[in-house]
Amino acid sequence: MAARIRAFFAFWYDFFVGDDWRVALGVVAAVAATAAIHAVLPAWWLLPLAVAVLLPVTLWRAIRGH
Amino acid sequence: MTTASLFLAVFLACAVEAVEATTIVLAAGTARGWRSAAQGLGAALVVLAAIVAALGPALTVVPLTGLRVVVGTLLLIFGLQWLRKAILRASGHKALHDENALYQRELAAAGAAATTGRGVVHDWYAFTLSFKGVLLEGLEVAFIAVTFGSNQRDIPMAAIAAIAAVLVVAGVGLAVRAPLARVPENTMKFVVGVMLTGFGTFWAAEGAGGDWPGHDASLLVLVPAIAIFSLALVGLLRRGNRPWSRAAAPATEVS
Repeated sequence: MAARIRAFFAFWYDFFVGDDWRVALGVVAAVAATAAIHAVLPAWWLLPLAVAVLLPVTLWRAIRGH
Repeated sequence: MTTASLFLAVFLACAVEAVEATTIVLAAGTARGWRSAAQGLGAALVVLAAIVAALGPALTVVPLTGLRVVVGTLLLIFGLQWLRKAILRASGHKALHDENALYQRELAAAGAAATTGRGVVHDWYAFTLSFKGVLLEGLEVAFIAVTFGSNQRDIPMAAIAAIAAVLVVAGVGLAVRAPLARVPENTMKFVVGVMLTGFGTFWAAEGAGGDWPGHDASLLVLVPAIAIFSLALVGLLRRGNRPWSRAAAPATEVS
């Protein structure tokens, strides 16, 4: 039973988070930062910047075999 | 986002997943018998229809701002994972997805398994192989269709695009009775990764309060910019060591 529950959560983790949890964490942090700063300055650029940083970093980690 | 771009995005994403599901059902049907494979296919479609029927209307009552921040964030994470794999494949750092290899592997495994029946299912192995293949690939289809459709408040159009993609791919697959290896699946996955990342970025930022210059028109800059950036990364990575370059190794990756 415990193995089935573990497999269930492992499936959904893999479905939504995938191979690199740092990407998911980075996206959530960038969205939170967008929500935090939009009242004081334009914040639309933050997520494209996050993509420009996260994508090369996760590729670099994959190639380095991390 | 226009109706046409909603249709195109969902159709492409669903077609890619449908190609993989079709390969698995074909392997189950060819190696074990079509009756149990068709039962597995039917059961998975019923489960997927129930998920979409439950989630679709539920998401339409969620306020658009909250929906966009949650769905946009999930789509962006999803899109970056697709792009990661697509760039690694395009640059030779990961094996290309190969439907023929997947088909032969599933065929060999199905041929070796014992036949046991349960209830109205004559061959449990063929049923579960077909059921799992369609359900797992279909979950991604359902997720993409429901999230894109609910964000645009046009779930019927997203559902039509998803059903059209599945019907076209499954129809061709059943007609030729062979894996659809000639479909440019790796290229399609790259395009879908770019679209998921682009729309995810747009919706998540908008939902979180970011006001895009030009509003929806900014997508016309954002999506091509992500495509160019991704292609530039492919070019950069091709310069290094490529363990899965075409000359070095055959393409055998499954997912």
